[in-house]
Amino acid sequence: MPTDGYRKPLPVPSPETRRFWEGCRKHELWLPYCRACGQFYFYPRDFCPRCFGWDIEWRQASGRGKIYTFAIQYRAWHPGWAEETPYITALVELEEGPRLFTNIVGIEADPRKVRCDMPVEVAWDDVSAEISLPKFRPVG
Amino acid sequence: MTLKRSAAITGIGEMRPSRSPDGKSTLGIWTEVAREAILDAGLTTPEIDGLLVAPPITEQAAMWPSILGEYLNIHPGYGNVVDLGGASACGMVWRAAAAIQSGLCRAVLCVTGEASDVETFYAPRAPRARRPVQQLPYREFEVPYGPMGVNSGYALIAMRHMHEHGTTGRQLAKIAVDQRTNACANPDALYYGKQITVDDVLASPLVVDPLHLLEIVRPCTGGAAIVVVAPDLAGAAPRAPVWLLGAAEASRGIMLSQFDTITTSPIAICAPRALEMAGVAHGDIDLISVYDCYTITVLITLEDAGFCPKGKGGPFVEEHDLTYAGDLPLNTHGGQLSFGQPGLAGGMSHVTEAVRQLQGRAGKRQVRDCELAFVNGNGGIMSEQVSLVLGT
Repeated sequence: MPTDGYRKPLPVPSPETRRFWEGCRKHELWLPYCRACGQFYFYPRDFCPRCFGWDIEWRQASGRGKIYTFAIQYRAWHPGWAEETPYITALVELEEGPRLFTNIVGIEADPRKVRCDMPVEVAWDDVSAEISLPKFRPVG
Repeated sequence: MTLKRSAAITGIGEMRPSRSPDGKSTLGIWTEVAREAILDAGLTTPEIDGLLVAPPITEQAAMWPSILGEYLNIHPGYGNVVDLGGASACGMVWRAAAAIQSGLCRAVLCVTGEASDVETFYAPRAPRARRPVQQLPYREFEVPYGPMGVNSGYALIAMRHMHEHGTTGRQLAKIAVDQRTNACANPDALYYGKQITVDDVLASPLVVDPLHLLEIVRPCTGGAAIVVVAPDLAGAAPRAPVWLLGAAEASRGIMLSQFDTITTSPIAICAPRALEMAGVAHGDIDLISVYDCYTITVLITLEDAGFCPKGKGGPFVEEHDLTYAGDLPLNTHGGQLSFGQPGLAGGMSHVTEAVRQLQGRAGKRQVRDCELAFVNGNGGIMSEQVSLVLGT
């Protein structure tokens, strides 16, 4: 686990998001779910942004989804990625509905190989003792 | 309730963009463009009783209106920061008009610009104070994945638009090329005298695929200011007043992951409202002056504002000549892609160009019989939108 020398910005969990990151640490994708709407949402808040209701719970997601859109980073803003270009940033739409900003891994950063709507599954990146980032790789 | 003819722009001031600050300060730039705009409006500083300031992107401070008001010795009865990203300038125009209509003030100075360059703009902006809770959702859920700021956001939009509608790189490049032709008729443009072709755009380096370097705006130094006045002052102005005929604003947040769709923007909401307030149709518009941080921004703006059907922006820009001499004059100053993006003054350049064209002082690039302009400001990642209709 590369706990030393990780040079990229790390998420700092807040009281509202800690449950999400605790799940990630166990390689489980947990999402907030609104009991009134019967729908998942993301990013985590203590209330449902759809109905502003506060009757929410956490449910485990399948970890499966599809690439809604992607971009290939030939340049990085932060020096932590300077040696890794090109890499893929993307919005993944989960089976449960919400979209996440993430990276696509396990496939060449080539627009002829990556496709919108391509099925993907979660691939965990353990970047520190506390943080595992959900990234996604093509299925099959 | 309408803002139609509630106020007019009677003065503009704009600094020629430069690649680097060259010893200029942001306050110095603001002073230069404010002076030019106030003189252009035929006013003096004691007559300015409203002050709107757009915050510099690369400098941080609290209470900008107080700082600038003190510096210029202007003491307004109405002052605000307008913090809508690239939509700030257009947002200032209707806010000034609304304040005037309410009787709060009669002459509002709106100021944008900063001393910046590519290196400063793209320097990593780490959080300054390490606080126990950094509750900015994009910092927690996007930044750890290495986006290159808004470049990545617009690339994600462009990729999805290509997927849904078959939009091509050549179609997007055509926008940059026509705007460069316009810039070559504008000696103040950063890229004056440097004509490019579609092949040049497509051969320029991919920064974030599918966006090439020549379809991405260049951060630079510059500034722009306007003076918005009450109707009685407009009648006494030295130049023909440019009236606010329609205005509307629409916002949807800041993170792409939160939008139902990323290929349609809130322009689809605010542009029809602005046109309705003005009581004009698309065919009446003589000049389109719309935010162009990237080529895809222009294409989606044309679709969402209703100049062409959704998804048909690609063929539409191919079929029309977007130059000042063409059938659909668009961003005749070169747009920010070719004029330069001096912080939020980039958004103001679309307003100042519309004023120049409507007043018939656009020189070599003057659009013939220009009486009505559609102006759009875009902030964030096609999230914050302000549409204006300006006319004589």
